[in-house]
Amino acid sequence: MNLNATIIGQMIAFAVFVAFCMKFVWPPIMAALEERTKKIADGLAAAERGRHEQELAEKRATQVIHEAKEQANEIISQAQRRGNEIVDESKDNARVEGDRILTSAKAEIEQETNRAKDELRLQVGSVAIAGAAKIISREIDDKAHTDLLEELVSQI
Amino acid sequence: MATETLTSTEYIRHHLQNLTFGQHHDGSWGLAHDAAEAADMGFWSINVDSMAMTLGLGTLLMWFFYRVAKKVEAGVPTGAQNFAEMVIDFINDSVRGSFTGRNPLVAPLAFTIFLWVFLMNLMDLLPIDLVPEIAKFIGANVFGMDPHAVFFKVVPSTDPNITFGMAFGVFAIAMYYTIKVKGVGGFVGELTLQPFESKNLGLKILFIPINFVLEFVSLIAKPISLSLRLFGNMYAGEMIFILIAIMFSAGTVMASLGGVLQVGWAIFHILIITLQAFIFMTLTIVYLDMAHQEH
Repeated sequence: MNLNATIIGQMIAFAVFVAFCMKFVWPPIMAALEERTKKIADGLAAAERGRHEQELAEKRATQVIHEAKEQANEIISQAQRRGNEIVDESKDNARVEGDRILTSAKAEIEQETNRAKDELRLQVGSVAIAGAAKIISREIDDKAHTDLLEELVSQI
Repeated sequence: MATETLTSTEYIRHHLQNLTFGQHHDGSWGLAHDAAEAADMGFWSINVDSMAMTLGLGTLLMWFFYRVAKKVEAGVPTGAQNFAEMVIDFINDSVRGSFTGRNPLVAPLAFTIFLWVFLMNLMDLLPIDLVPEIAKFIGANVFGMDPHAVFFKVVPSTDPNITFGMAFGVFAIAMYYTIKVKGVGGFVGELTLQPFESKNLGLKILFIPINFVLEFVSLIAKPISLSLRLFGNMYAGEMIFILIAIMFSAGTVMASLGGVLQVGWAIFHILIITLQAFIFMTLTIVYLDMAHQEH
């Protein structure tokens, strides 16, 4: 248990080991640790960013859905309105067309009636004339009626 | 266990003697055969067992961590890298907690000290006669030495040379940075101009010797206390293991009692060896931090 040159030996060994550790052991392991720390920090930041983005996307999605619903509602209501319009329009058209057909039919009927009346009048005239002719032919006496006939002819 | 031919005193002495290589009294170089011969060798001798153990443990330590460092990756760590990272993280936290300056040397220094001292202390938990008996066997059969002259202290930190060597190393580094950061003037000023300060020039000069005595003692106390603390703790622990080991040869009752004590002390000692390594490291960091601090 005497102090001797072992002290010097130990000091040299100590210096060598510390130098070795400082050069070859500590830096690579610390670098790896730091790199991992950075990686983890980056990963956490990325996760945070992702979460944020997801939140935004969700918000946007609900907004889009909301808009789509509104649009759909609008389209449906428009379609309904349009349908009603079409129904109304066709009702009007039908009414107008019906009226038109009715009036034309009425006019035709009147025309026919007039025509039939005219015809009837003509026929009645001729029948009357024929009757009159028959009556006349039986009752006429040339002598008695010559002057009348002559008077008639002169009047025409 | 004590061999039949050894008395308890001889057993203890044998365990507390380093295997010393140096110059004999007659001028020849060789291993000391007993404590007196080792003491006679003076300063220029070397404790072969301590050096072998520290170098072996240090090499083992550096080899293990170098292997990890070579294929370290920032991805998912596996196996040895997990362990290495855990240790390095722990030491890095300690350094960041106590060291305020910026110096790439401090963390590797703390790392080396903590693990190396821990490994040295850990040798205390090996069965006390295991390595010495192996050494004795090899010494006697390979080198043809006298089995009683093959000393082997397994725990390097029970050798004050080792603890002093490390403490002086730390001290030298601390001194280097003190002078580098504060300059020679700053260092001298730190030694002489505080703790007693005065604006009066005469008083200032008067205070210089007083300050110097106080500060010089506290400066020298740093490496001495650093090394003696570790040495004392480990030496005492080793001593108790030796005393317990003596019980093994004193009958069945004493031997079984010794077994219980051995286990108890070993469990308690786990705390001590870790704590001592940690204290050595923390104080090193603190001393270096003081060296970097400007007043």
